[in-house]
Amino acid sequence: MTESEPAGNPTVAARTTLLDSARLAVGRGFRLQWEPVQNAHVLLYPEGMIKLNGSAGAIMSRCDGERTVADIVADLERTYGTTGLAEDVTAFLEFAVDKSWLEIRA
Amino acid sequence: MSVQVRDPGPPLWLLMELTYRCPLHCVFCYNPTNFAVLDRELTTEDWLRVLREARALGAVQLGLSGGEPLARDDLEAIVAHAHELGFYTNLITSGIGLNETRIKALKQAGLDHIQLSFQDSTREMNDFLSSTRTFDLKAKAAALIKQYGYPMVLNVVLHRLNIDHAEQILDMAERLGADYVELANTQYYGWALLNRERLLPSREQVRRAEDTTRKFRLKPGQRMRIYFVVPDYFETRPKPCMNGLGSVFLTIAPDGTALPCHAARTLPGLTFPNVREASVEWIWRDSPSFNRYRGDAWMKEPCRSCPDKTKDFGGCRCQAYLLTGDAANADPVCALSPHHHLVTEAVARADALRTEASSLAEEKPLLFRDPRTSRALS
Repeated sequence: MTESEPAGNPTVAARTTLLDSARLAVGRGFRLQWEPVQNAHVLLYPEGMIKLNGSAGAIMSRCDGERTVADIVADLERTYGTTGLAEDVTAFLEFAVDKSWLEIRA
Repeated sequence: MSVQVRDPGPPLWLLMELTYRCPLHCVFCYNPTNFAVLDRELTTEDWLRVLREARALGAVQLGLSGGEPLARDDLEAIVAHAHELGFYTNLITSGIGLNETRIKALKQAGLDHIQLSFQDSTREMNDFLSSTRTFDLKAKAAALIKQYGYPMVLNVVLHRLNIDHAEQILDMAERLGADYVELANTQYYGWALLNRERLLPSREQVRRAEDTTRKFRLKPGQRMRIYFVVPDYFETRPKPCMNGLGSVFLTIAPDGTALPCHAARTLPGLTFPNVREASVEWIWRDSPSFNRYRGDAWMKEPCRSCPDKTKDFGGCRCQAYLLTGDAANADPVCALSPHHHLVTEAVARADALRTEASSLAEEKPLLFRDPRTSRALS
């Protein structure tokens, strides 16, 4: 079975740029959960699953619709006893918004 | 070197075919042709236990299918339990039997996703191909799905008799507000294989439909995501069917039979276990029939020495059996298979037939999937 996906579907989203004050939540139609059998966070969507690596899972599981980008970065830096995560975390969050894994809450 | 799989991964995908009962009688149905004699359905309690046991093994995606799953009045209870357990729940339905009471209850139960099937773009062809009067009911179901905030996902099975309507089908999908459309060419199992001579399109028909789809995607303001699934008979390499049998996919048939693929009942020499008699864990990890086609020790040439065996797993065991008589042969869709001519000859016959969709009056009758015909075939 082959799926011929459109090479240039007209709705190619512009790359997201997130403000530190943006609040993020798991996107509509997606569900994030911890799977003990896989020892990983997974993102479920219609008829599919993405197994997240440790960092992606740690970031996405903090996207509860309440916490801002700045809160998430601060929490991660505190949890892992490090600093300077802002750039990488924000880049991942922007990537996840582009993929519709996350959505921005007003 | 052959690989023995001792500890399979989790059955990530659980498909529960809740019933073979169906208000439609589609000519391309993959259900077994003898479905009418397999009518001892599992109870609600059985299904809930299957959910718990499969979830404990790590199943995450749940497909609820059939037959028509809405024919079971415990569908809501099954969805609710699945949701509590952490399944992502997908309902695969013809839409017949979906009304506001039921969709509201399903939403409350936590149903995540609905896939609605259509048989064609017009009332006449839809109703002819499903041997029912259901087109208007389906259009109502589509409206309810939108109203309850679900993405509108349409699936239309394509074949010789409707493939020339690809543009009208896409227009209809747009009018219904579809977000996703899958134009899935028929795969030839069950009823579809019985009707293959009448259903297999010509190369020219497939080419035109692909072309139509490509143009439709480029229409200004067009927002649907459209998937066109090419019929595997037109390929030269086989599909990685089920990612290999016993790898990620577990089907439970209405009577409780556990299968590594929804078409696997046709495979000879295997006694598939039943969830009435065995635990899902034993079935998945230890039962001989689930281990039969794991790894690659079962493979013959040309698969055994093929570098692609880890990508396509030799294709589909069911297709290999149905067309060549031996399930361990390479899927004859593969150009490397010594039986590939069986597929190319079927395509050549399709090419030679008249291509109009209106050639409904040809000699070989279409067999509609209904209990009477099924009992006659059993």
